[in-house]
Amino acid sequence: MTSPSPVLRLEGIVKTFPGVRALDGVSFDVRPGEVHALMGENGAGKSTLMKVLGGVLAPNDGQIYVGDAPVVMTSPQEAKAKGVVFIHQELSLAGELSVAENIFLGELPLKSFGRVDWQKLYADTDRILKTLNVSFTARTRVGSLSIANQQMVEIGRALTVDPRAVIFDEPTASLTDAEKVVLFDVIADLQASGVGVIYISHRMEEIFKITDRISVLRDGQYRGTLVTAETDEDKVTQLMIGRSLDLSRNASQHQMGDTALEVRGLSCGILFEDVSFAVRKGEVLGFYGLVGAGRTEIAETIFGLREPSAGQILLNGLEVQITSPIDAIRHGISLVPEDRKDQGLVLGMSCRDNMTLPQIGRLTKGPFISDRAEIAIFDKYRDKLDIRTPGWRQTVGNLSGGNQQKIVIGKWLSMHPEVLIVDEPTRGIDVGSKSEIHNLIRDLAAQGFAVIVISSEMPEVLHVSDRIVAMFGGRVMREFTSEEVTEDNLIQAISGIAANA
Amino acid sequence: MAIENRKDMIKQGGIWVFILAELIFFSMAGHYWSVSNQAFMDPGNMLLLLKQSAPIGIIALGMTIIMINGNIDLSVGAIFALSAVVLLDSLSWPFMMAMGDWALPLAWGFALLTGVTLGAVNGLIVWKTGIDAFIVTLGSMLGFRGLVFMYNGEQPTSNLNWTLVDFAEAQVLGLHTATWFLFGTALVLWFVTTRTNHGRNAYAIGNNRDAAVNAGIRVGPHFMWNFILIGFLAALSAVVFYSESGSVNPNDGMLYELWAITAVVLGGTKLAGGYGSIAGTLGGVIAIQLLRKGLGHIGADTQTVNLVIGLILIAVLFLDRQLTRKGKEELKI
Repeated sequence: MTSPSPVLRLEGIVKTFPGVRALDGVSFDVRPGEVHALMGENGAGKSTLMKVLGGVLAPNDGQIYVGDAPVVMTSPQEAKAKGVVFIHQELSLAGELSVAENIFLGELPLKSFGRVDWQKLYADTDRILKTLNVSFTARTRVGSLSIANQQMVEIGRALTVDPRAVIFDEPTASLTDAEKVVLFDVIADLQASGVGVIYISHRMEEIFKITDRISVLRDGQYRGTLVTAETDEDKVTQLMIGRSLDLSRNASQHQMGDTALEVRGLSCGILFEDVSFAVRKGEVLGFYGLVGAGRTEIAETIFGLREPSAGQILLNGLEVQITSPIDAIRHGISLVPEDRKDQGLVLGMSCRDNMTLPQIGRLTKGPFISDRAEIAIFDKYRDKLDIRTPGWRQTVGNLSGGNQQKIVIGKWLSMHPEVLIVDEPTRGIDVGSKSEIHNLIRDLAAQGFAVIVISSEMPEVLHVSDRIVAMFGGRVMREFTSEEVTEDNLIQAISGIAANA
Repeated sequence: MAIENRKDMIKQGGIWVFILAELIFFSMAGHYWSVSNQAFMDPGNMLLLLKQSAPIGIIALGMTIIMINGNIDLSVGAIFALSAVVLLDSLSWPFMMAMGDWALPLAWGFALLTGVTLGAVNGLIVWKTGIDAFIVTLGSMLGFRGLVFMYNGEQPTSNLNWTLVDFAEAQVLGLHTATWFLFGTALVLWFVTTRTNHGRNAYAIGNNRDAAVNAGIRVGPHFMWNFILIGFLAALSAVVFYSESGSVNPNDGMLYELWAITAVVLGGTKLAGGYGSIAGTLGGVIAIQLLRKGLGHIGADTQTVNLVIGLILIAVLFLDRQLTRKGKEELKI
């Protein structure tokens, strides 16, 4: 079998940082017209590899070839000029400028005296937009576009040169299902025109839907390339983490206690309406729905961050008034927020200081904080949750996502809550730590905590929950027990179809 | 993380290394260019230097915790002036005159109360309106200064009390009264920032306000306490300084806010909040005063001193940035 010569080839790329071998001889190639997935846990070296490829970091060893020519990338501009372009996860657009200005940012066509050649700019932009098949025009203000359309602008930027390889980094992180379809069409078009695509994602379903081959990194080492059609999720996961991940159903075996938290007819403006549910001690209640279905907002309302417009919150059968997180914490309600880094952790502080933050006022001896009391709490929950850190002094920002999440969970467990709400427990956490967090949630329920888990990942909700509340458009569509629920009826419920099918 | 700690140590210790460099430089340069016969490192000279650091130093120490919060207070110079006016003017009130020396602690009390009140006004506005502290204190800087002028027009307010002067000029264990107040304030605030609940919350709020709110910290009242604290310290600084000088001009204390911020930043506190130390600020205060005195020692005039301090501030922050940069991953601008 003769395969066409690759558009991009990496050979033995090595990149070391002081004390770390971030990339250890990585080699793989991308063929024209191929979608090539790059997978690996967080910290496996994907982003370092992309930085080397994009000219942001210089490799210590190894060679990059574009087509058959060996190249040295010294800057992102140079990489782009050689036809290697990136669509980054975080959009970097100027919201107040037009689509055309953004696409040609830094390389606007000019006339004499440095005047912008608007006619050429709009004509060129229109040509690019036509290939992307989008509904907005070259003159639209970027800030007024949806995230998905902004991403199209970002892709348009890549098409100002004749790309040979396009790298997508987690492109679907904030897209709806319909928007994903559009994105995949664009990728298919690129493919058809002979461009090689590198597709980085954690989402297995996407990988198996659109890619041709899958290359896997683990701990900075290249672990192999699989042909997508000949493999399955299990094999890929094994290659990534060295073992397989258990996502089987998992209903509780233990006895459940009384109702811990009950919510009756809770509403908050247009965000959600007439939401009622109850969670018992020892139970995991899952909330599943699309982004914008109102799940996070419910959690924030129960935690006192939003003011409800109607409804009651009952704890152990008694109605409580919660107007601030302080009230919620006093009543024993804890929230592990959706965005760990922005809402959950003080990244510049040590592990210990983060863990004791809500109760630091109680750990004092005279006017001063008692070091011993603080370290005792940290040690207890470090052991209990198996948090891996060199010591309590370690700055939380330098921990892995999984360990950071455990710090947040430990912070609330140390407050002995009645109800623990966990919003997106494993977002941005690598596969290996995911199952640890899942087991932890199951364990907590077994110990008698009432746990609410909000997640956008169906396998996760199915795996950890005893019951599942399906939401759509700010309303509870249906409640499932773990016996009744199937992937099909859950999807129907959260899409707003057949509420009582 | 050994590397990280070492970096921290370099950064924390940096200001003291800088001070040492200043001492060595001015001692040596003094040999050739000095306008006086006295050695630069003369003990008397050094003690005086500490005393002269005190007025801005005490304010800068308070500014540190404000800036760790991620806030800023531009009104401290005006609070300093208004407290001084209250101190000196109250001594001439008839009922105070009748009390003899017992009026002195009362006058101090009035002045400190003025500072606390003005600070509370700032804090309350920041808390209740949610307007950025920069804007609030920019307004109150103008407003409080207006009050100073309304009090006595363009005239200086004077009242020299010899008991106060004796108190201010006293030297215990060689250190002047003002120096004791500077060190005392530093010690108390060092304990507050490193060992108390309030200090821990200050760092948490400055570093990530949302996370602090989610952990049940009352951010508004916390801000207010810190503005009250810096108001108190601005007044304390005025009380110590004007006990000795006995006369306040309505323009006194102008630009003190900027000198205080300069010292804090020089001492390694981040403008964005969440990071900083009292020890660093103390170093920053001393470094600036050394620079002024040293340049004066070798015959530079005031204008040159300001130019040099400005350049050094930028150079130091540039160096700090180089130290903080993690590899080449940071964005180039």
